[in-house]
Amino acid sequence: MTTLFIVLILTFITIAIWQMIKIFDLSRAISGIKVDDSQIANDKDNKTQAKLMLGFLAFIYAITIFSLVKYGKFPLISNAASEHGEQIDTLMIWTMVLIFIVQTITQFLLYYFAYKYKGKKNNRALFYTDNHKLELLWTIIPAIVLTGFITYGLLTWSDVMNMQKNDDPMIVELYAQQFNWKARYAGKDNVLGKSNVRLIDIDRANILGVDESDVYSADDVITTELHLPVNRPVLFVMRSQDVLHSAYMPHFRAQMNCVPGMVTKFAFTPTVTTEEMRQNPSMIDKVININNIREDKSKELATKGEEPLDPYEFDYLLLCNKICGKSHYNMQMKIIVEPEEEFESWYNQQTVFKNSLIAQN
Amino acid sequence: MAEYIEFDKDHHAHHHKETFITKYIFSQDHKMIAKQYLFTGVFFMGIIGILMSILMRMQIAWPEEPNLIFDFLLGKWAPEGVMDADIYLALVTMHGTIMVFFVLTAGLSGTFSNLLIPLQLGARDMASGFLNMVAYWLFFVSTVLMVISIFVEAGPAAAGWTIYPPLSALELAQPGSGLGMTLWLVSMAFFIASSLLGSLNYIVTVLNLRTKGMSLTRMPLTIWAFFVTAIIGVISFPVLLSAALLLIMDRSFGTSFFLSDIFIQGEVLHYQGGSPVLFEHLFWFLGHPEVYIVLLPALGIASEVISTHSRKPIFGYKAMIISILAIAFLSTIVWGHHMFVTGMNPFLGSVFTFTTLLIAIPSAVKAFNYITTLWKGNIQFNPPMLFAIGFVSTFITGGLTGIILGDSALDINVHDTYFVVAHFHLVMGISALYGMLAGMYHWFPIMFGKMMNKNLGYIHFWVTAISAYGVFFPMHFIGMAGLPRRYYTNSNFPLFDDLADTNQIITMFAIMGAAVQLVFLYNFIYSMFYGKKAPQNPWKSTTLEWTASQKHIHGNWQGKIPEVHRWPYDYSKPGYKEDFVPQHIPLKKGEEEY
Repeated sequence: MTTLFIVLILTFITIAIWQMIKIFDLSRAISGIKVDDSQIANDKDNKTQAKLMLGFLAFIYAITIFSLVKYGKFPLISNAASEHGEQIDTLMIWTMVLIFIVQTITQFLLYYFAYKYKGKKNNRALFYTDNHKLELLWTIIPAIVLTGFITYGLLTWSDVMNMQKNDDPMIVELYAQQFNWKARYAGKDNVLGKSNVRLIDIDRANILGVDESDVYSADDVITTELHLPVNRPVLFVMRSQDVLHSAYMPHFRAQMNCVPGMVTKFAFTPTVTTEEMRQNPSMIDKVININNIREDKSKELATKGEEPLDPYEFDYLLLCNKICGKSHYNMQMKIIVEPEEEFESWYNQQTVFKNSLIAQN
Repeated sequence: MAEYIEFDKDHHAHHHKETFITKYIFSQDHKMIAKQYLFTGVFFMGIIGILMSILMRMQIAWPEEPNLIFDFLLGKWAPEGVMDADIYLALVTMHGTIMVFFVLTAGLSGTFSNLLIPLQLGARDMASGFLNMVAYWLFFVSTVLMVISIFVEAGPAAAGWTIYPPLSALELAQPGSGLGMTLWLVSMAFFIASSLLGSLNYIVTVLNLRTKGMSLTRMPLTIWAFFVTAIIGVISFPVLLSAALLLIMDRSFGTSFFLSDIFIQGEVLHYQGGSPVLFEHLFWFLGHPEVYIVLLPALGIASEVISTHSRKPIFGYKAMIISILAIAFLSTIVWGHHMFVTGMNPFLGSVFTFTTLLIAIPSAVKAFNYITTLWKGNIQFNPPMLFAIGFVSTFITGGLTGIILGDSALDINVHDTYFVVAHFHLVMGISALYGMLAGMYHWFPIMFGKMMNKNLGYIHFWVTAISAYGVFFPMHFIGMAGLPRRYYTNSNFPLFDDLADTNQIITMFAIMGAAVQLVFLYNFIYSMFYGKKAPQNPWKSTTLEWTASQKHIHGNWQGKIPEVHRWPYDYSKPGYKEDFVPQHIPLKKGEEEY
């Protein structure tokens, strides 16, 4: 596929260069003969360019259809893994439908008019300066449509951002630093111990600057993987120790920046376990596709005598989505959504904060 | 038949003796200054900016593969031809900075505002030729500093063109935040000073130096656009200057405006009480109006070009003016839509969603008015017209996805992904570029008295148009698949492996699009010297610049300045033999203006 495109594009370039040379030759050859060299479009140019305008309209439609078919399977606008995710997806689909309709119609009008009203020497344009009714029409219609979308959007937004909607969310801190993530669970008391980067003590392994004297901190649990029980509301409390980061969890339709010096929040309820997501038909397709690509790459690597790539298995990811320095592209954390019992058994294996500190004399 | 105003003898009558230096270097003539902006801003910086984007695209398409071009162009930053991750971010940053500020702000406004404001208004020159010269030379200093910063030891600024602290404030966080960032900030301070002087000059000229009869509602839409652009610039650029100065204080003098509670590389820094979110507010208070500083001149140029080449008055002239004003007003109260997920109060997010989506209304009015202008026209497909139609097309395609990004709930999931990159490149990058190119083809005869080759112009347009859609259309889908922007390579998570071939296709189109700009460059420079001599008014346009002396003289018109009697869009007016009636022709008895 790619090779085909390379060839196609090289052909385009070659044609362009060839055309140019031809034009130069022509212009040189006919310099003695009287031709229209005014460099102002004449009827012939108008005709050609008008046809190309229609051609370009076809190109835009073609690339739209091609993209929808080929890339339509990429988008994250289906299979949301969180409760509010579905709301966002529905809004997204309606918005896309609106965009698609407006785009199709306006581009048609633009290029079709360009084609239809191509200039001819003895033609004269219509002197038409104003029409208040028309203008009112295309002020009011967008206004009405947008009012609908604004209302819909705002309702969704206020619902998504309402951190108080659940009485008893599990509280988890996401802690960002160049270039990795940590998660801190609030423990049995479900209250995070106080913290500040000024309390960081690397020698004692207090890497998050948690306040040891705070009673709530004793049972906090710090991990490098984010495990979440399914169908339990989670309130994320986010901190950063150095620069801006952004906790982006695309499958859960969740994103919030981590800002040094302040605490930011985001809440959602995961609804699909990692295992269930792996069984999702479209996810199965995606994984097979990726594994085929990786196999091809592995073969290539093997010929160079390098290690083959591991086969891919789907996992939710937390990505950094705010430019944060050299390894920004590799700042990630695995998210595992699992049934309550599995979560409990994993959680009970973790060391609580009090016991994770290295004693010092 | 045309009446002329008495030549202002005290001011311009005696012709100054020009030396090489006063004519070409420290020139105070607006036409020469326009060309200076064109060559420094558009050509010099444009070539650097485009080249950087190609390097980035090659890295994204073939990550971490040794590449001869990297080896050649990047030297020690690409050991053995593999691009360094820090330098990738530096390229991202410098490409953005150069394109947004140097090419599309100074280059676009500097060239066309300077060239057209006096000529289309019937003025001898700008209100202050001296200030105009100072503005250009401040811009020149800024350009030199920015280019020098690319070559410093630790690399140029690499915190993104938005230079959010703490990343941009701490050398410990990133090597580019040392000398490179200092130079960036100082360069931008010069740039802002230049932009403010320039803008003040434009505003004063428009308000005071219009020729007799040129009322505000007889001004061409280009001038309206330049005028409003200058006003937004004067309102918003000082805020960026203050943000830059405060950032300099934080970096060099230990203040804590934007920094607080930072632990980096094993040490706690002394900063306390500042907030990066404050910087984001200050930055985007300029940053969003900046989008319209880039776009409005292109809208103005497109209005003029579409009307002239379709031989038809622009539809809804007054609505166009009102929508420019509405867009300008709204542009200053929507900056928060860049910050929905920064931890800003969600209620503020609601307010900014509301104001942002309102912008779609005046934008829709403009798009429909352009389309109606084409309806029943007699369209002459000269190269500028192609670019103007291309402008409307990308303005629509790119603008529509703004409905997604402006909606806070949807922004959560596409924020900072390639969806954003695709959106803003189409709606402000490519659109503004098209507007600029339309302007260049259209006013080339004014600038150099020559015509550009139309066939090369056609090739230039069609290949550019195909490349632009080829690059940015699929990019929306990569973004919707969740791929974050500003990633050095996407091969670190298998999750994105299926996007690799799309990225290669995009890169091919990008290379094709960049290559065809060479055709334009060739056409431009060749035509400057060997182009066919242009007639006085090749496009049969109604505006005043086509009545000015073709030979560039200080004062623009030999003899008197023409007086204006009608609006600028009398194309194909019934009752006239020609299909255009220039602005300086008096109304016939009983003729209505429009």
